[in-house]
Amino acid sequence: MTTAQIAVTVLGVATIGWINWYFFAAGRVAVAATSDGAGPQRVRIEVKGGYDPEVIRVRAGLPVRLEFHRDETNPCTEEVVLPAFGIRTFLPAHQTTTVSFTPAEGRYEFACGMGMVHGTILAEKDDHGAP
Amino acid sequence: MTCAACSSRVQRTLERAEGVSSANVNLMTGGATVEYDPGVTSPERLVETIRGTGYGAELPPAEESTESLLDAQDAARAAELRELRGRLALSGITTVLVTAVAMSRIGPSDVGRYAMLLLTLPVVGWAGRHFYTRAWTAFRHHAADMNTLIAVGTGAAFLYSTAVTLFDDWFAARGIQPFEYYEPVVWIITLVLLGNLLEARAKSQTSGAIRRLIGLRPATARVVRDGREEEVQLAALRLGDEVVVRPGERIPADGVVVDGSSHVDESMLTGEPIPVPKGAGDRVIGATFNRNGAFRFRAEAVGTATVLSRIIRLVQQAQGSRAPIQRLADRISAVFVPVVLSIAVVTFVVWFDAGPAPAYLHALVSAVTVLIIACPCAMGLAVPTAVMVATGRGAELGVLIKGGEPLERSEALDTVVFDKTGTITEGRPAVQAVELAADGPIGDDGELLALAAAVERLSEHPLAEAIVAEADRRGVAERPVSGFESRTGKGVVGVVGERRVALGNLALMRELGIDAGPLAARADAAAAAGWTPMYVAVGDVPAGLIAVADPVKPTSAAAVARLARLGLDTIMLTGDNPRTAESVARSVGIAHVVAEVAPDRKLDEIGRLQDQGRVVAMVGDGLNDAPALARADVGIAIGTGTDVAVEAGAVTLMRGDPLGVVTAIELARRAMRVIKQNLFWAFIYNVIGIPVAAGVLYPALGLRLTPAMAAAAMAVSSVSVISNSLRLRRFTPGGRS
Repeated sequence: MTTAQIAVTVLGVATIGWINWYFFAAGRVAVAATSDGAGPQRVRIEVKGGYDPEVIRVRAGLPVRLEFHRDETNPCTEEVVLPAFGIRTFLPAHQTTTVSFTPAEGRYEFACGMGMVHGTILAEKDDHGAP
Repeated sequence: MTCAACSSRVQRTLERAEGVSSANVNLMTGGATVEYDPGVTSPERLVETIRGTGYGAELPPAEESTESLLDAQDAARAAELRELRGRLALSGITTVLVTAVAMSRIGPSDVGRYAMLLLTLPVVGWAGRHFYTRAWTAFRHHAADMNTLIAVGTGAAFLYSTAVTLFDDWFAARGIQPFEYYEPVVWIITLVLLGNLLEARAKSQTSGAIRRLIGLRPATARVVRDGREEEVQLAALRLGDEVVVRPGERIPADGVVVDGSSHVDESMLTGEPIPVPKGAGDRVIGATFNRNGAFRFRAEAVGTATVLSRIIRLVQQAQGSRAPIQRLADRISAVFVPVVLSIAVVTFVVWFDAGPAPAYLHALVSAVTVLIIACPCAMGLAVPTAVMVATGRGAELGVLIKGGEPLERSEALDTVVFDKTGTITEGRPAVQAVELAADGPIGDDGELLALAAAVERLSEHPLAEAIVAEADRRGVAERPVSGFESRTGKGVVGVVGERRVALGNLALMRELGIDAGPLAARADAAAAAGWTPMYVAVGDVPAGLIAVADPVKPTSAAAVARLARLGLDTIMLTGDNPRTAESVARSVGIAHVVAEVAPDRKLDEIGRLQDQGRVVAMVGDGLNDAPALARADVGIAIGTGTDVAVEAGAVTLMRGDPLGVVTAIELARRAMRVIKQNLFWAFIYNVIGIPVAAGVLYPALGLRLTPAMAAAAMAVSSVSVISNSLRLRRFTPGGRS
């Protein structure tokens, strides 16, 4: 093996490691929904090449409002699907589209119409004894 | 609201209302946007507040948002198509030019190289720019999609070619023959744009059914207010309004005819091809089409409460659902792009280390080909497009399939259980015969009917209705009854005049100690004919028989026969006596009957069949049979006239026709076949395409793909999946299954 071949091989292995770390492990931070007590729990989600935030923590059994603000025309993200709640809705570009549902405790996925871009809703029981 | 003063007054009213934090009234659109505290006030209260000032106000119907979303979707699609066409035109022309330059060049020439660079720049920088910007935004979110693959593939080829063009001496000095790769870049971008264009066009057709359903609603209604006809917007139609419908108009809401008569074409909602006669007292459904007469009806459901709105909601929910079969595709889609990127890196390394010279060039081209041929879109589109088209087509045929899961389970069915009354039969029993006992206490069948009807008037049993209706038809006078008693599953007893009248089955006679012997043979004969015989005893003596039958629906036999052809077993469940049940079953071709099943035992029967390993559909009305429908693998709720419980069951037939069961199962089978074809194609395409692109056939056969071939294959693959799904639009019941 020449030096160049060894270099390319090592670089290749490193690149594969990095690709898998970057796309599967890095950058997932859960954001909790906000609620003023009376209304539903609300989360604003920026839709641009992905969902930001991507992991959302909500309280189970209480209404949730996801406000999808789609700030792009890329058709990949033009629909959002929440299969557990029977929701498939179009997100007009540069607008905010609201989706409402009440989750039971559990983990729910949401995704674009083709299942390429993903997000997760973690509906958790309230441990603090609040209503 | 006609002037700015009006709108500002409405605005002030809203702002002053309790619980409102801000209000904005728009004179142009006639709309108001209000922020309020839901704990203090409600939209309904605010509407009342505005009406209190003398202005009209309505809440926006929920579908308005559906409609506006669909409009927005159309507009976005149109803009996307326009943009894609422009990009494709530029990219297409450039591709021809670049190919011409590449072919005409003999040997390395700087002029040709620079010409190609200049021609390629606008393609990469404008026509295909969105691939790079979208890939970048996705990348920043740790996400990767189709754009990532195109961007990395064409980006690598373009950057390398540019470097070779600009610094050819540097490459030559290091013994690398400068060989640029502009042609594949423009070919890939052109072909992918073409694929996107075809895909966008096909995708807009998948939601056509919802659009057609929404389009069924007329924009206005002609309402009688203060004795005058006035045309109002549909949103302004209120519950209880009297609405005038003229020939050739669509009915704007659900209601009951108060005056006039006509024939109404309900085919768009129920699939029933023959117009239904309507007169005073009959129900009409909004969005159906009035044919020849004029009538007035009272609106009993408006806005989101109408049958049409409920259907639209259900179809939308169905289209938003995921079929279980999609789970694998979903799991693959989620990791697809990073995995393909990794495969491309492996391809590069292997060609670089072990490939023929110039190794770096083969490595680059093969890696680019891998990136380009991989098509995640086909996999993502395989199931949802078919579910959308199938559920939409079902709705057009009066069969509401509520999502991917019922669709998938309907395909696997092997047994269909029918409830008898209202499903196989009309559900409207009628008296077939009144017979007197020889030497009985009653000498006239009119008298027998009068006594029976007197007691049955207090009963709620469907058979009782038939007897009362027959008595009314014959003009028999009503008589007072005392001591009425209903004995569940047996019959009724009451005192008419001085005499005790008992009416019911043999069990009732036995319980009362009455020897019905002399009538038994005639009762058996009636039961054998499919009728339900009821003994009438006056005092302690059998007086006669009344035989009631529920006529079989004209299409029941055809439905059973077609289910048999589809390989399904049919079973009939009924609370009726075995002889009547057998007779009805025989007349429609059902071999297995379970008779004398109490309503609450029906679900046990379903459970028993499931324990035998059968996949069972239960067909019944949405009310009495609800538990059995829920227990079955697929609950099929059958509509009864215009009272459609559209929410009941996993599948709802808008029309009381048992052939709808066949349609639902045929459609499900067709849809599942399309889904399996799509998934197979999407998987096999990638499973074969990616290794071939990587060059696995090269050592043995010397076979390789060019990046342009890969781009063409990829464009074809996602379009073919959508086109395959769109074939379901042409599904016709009874066609090739």
